[in-house]
Amino acid sequence: MVQLALPKNSRVQKGRHHPAPAGAKNVKTFRIYRYDPEGNENPRWDTYDVDVDACGPMVLDVLIHIKNEVDPTLAFRRSCREGVCGSCAMNIGGRNTLACTHGHDETHGSACQISPLPHMPVVKDLIPDLTMFYAQYASVEPWLHTETPEPQKEWRQTPEDREKLDGLYECILCACCSTSCPSYWWNGDKYLGPAALLHAYRWLIDSRDEATGERLDDLEDPFKLYRCHTIMNCAQVCPKGLNPAKAIAEIKKMLVDRVV
Amino acid sequence: MTGGIGSPLLWRWHITMATSIFHRVSIFGLYLSALLLAGWLLSLAGGPGSYAVYTGVLGSPLGLLVLFGLTFTLFFNLAYNVRQAFWDMGKGFKLAQANAGSVAIIAFAAATTLAFWAVLFILGVL
Repeated sequence: MVQLALPKNSRVQKGRHHPAPAGAKNVKTFRIYRYDPEGNENPRWDTYDVDVDACGPMVLDVLIHIKNEVDPTLAFRRSCREGVCGSCAMNIGGRNTLACTHGHDETHGSACQISPLPHMPVVKDLIPDLTMFYAQYASVEPWLHTETPEPQKEWRQTPEDREKLDGLYECILCACCSTSCPSYWWNGDKYLGPAALLHAYRWLIDSRDEATGERLDDLEDPFKLYRCHTIMNCAQVCPKGLNPAKAIAEIKKMLVDRVV
Repeated sequence: MTGGIGSPLLWRWHITMATSIFHRVSIFGLYLSALLLAGWLLSLAGGPGSYAVYTGVLGSPLGLLVLFGLTFTLFFNLAYNVRQAFWDMGKGFKLAQANAGSVAIIAFAAATTLAFWAVLFILGVL
């Protein structure tokens, strides 16, 4: 169940201020969520005045600059720095996105506010615990199910059938969509969320897959699928420009089609 | 989210999210409208005295404001459900379409509400 007010131990308090170095000309303020699991203190908002001339153009460049030059205790996930791996997903200026593809000059308001993906357990600072998210992804069995004997070479499909996977296979599992979804905030333990459902549809629509019926049976559940109320936050924030809401609508159509 | 530290729920709303949530609100508006309608029938059944009191309350400035708001929720709900029918067919999911649809729903609800009340004034009902 969603908690509109954070529990006492999660309320974010005022934190430390890290001023810009003397002589900095182009200073921008970053308000960053900090939580240290080893202390007994509540999370806090630390503010960093950063000389953005000294770092690259993206929010991730700023975070790396802070970690290298200002405050080595800041923790965040990052890897590819080019929008391919999905590691640096976080909430920047009130929207989920990838820090590596979001320019720090694109942020809303005078200070850029950065927090972990919303309504998730926090491991440390900007790192959410995605255990449940990955378990939900695994639950849709995201691999090819077949019964016919394996062909000598590969499982083949027509270019037209292959095209049906476009807009689905590109998902990098960054969790921006699922953690943007109010239904997922409310029922994240029972509703699979946009990312897992987009993958479910990717296998449902695959012409080579032979478990469509079983896959649909598994999704025909009041919570797993039908908590999607087309709020559309998922499609609004997807850093890869995918549309989980449309994929979910297509699954609902498949469920209707097989009974009428 | 159970136990441990929870991340804050910070969100800058999208128009599709705003219309979705107002759709929920509009459903409560419809419940309230149905109750008011039932109350109106009961007052009518109760005789001229109770009817005069009931319509007096609904016809007061505050009552009219509530009815005006309920008219808006009714038209909003109607337009939203028409859009939902398109969504149920898998159509109109492109972001530009979804955003434009949300603007259109608000515009339709505002225009029809104003038109409806204008007609009431013109006909001299109020």
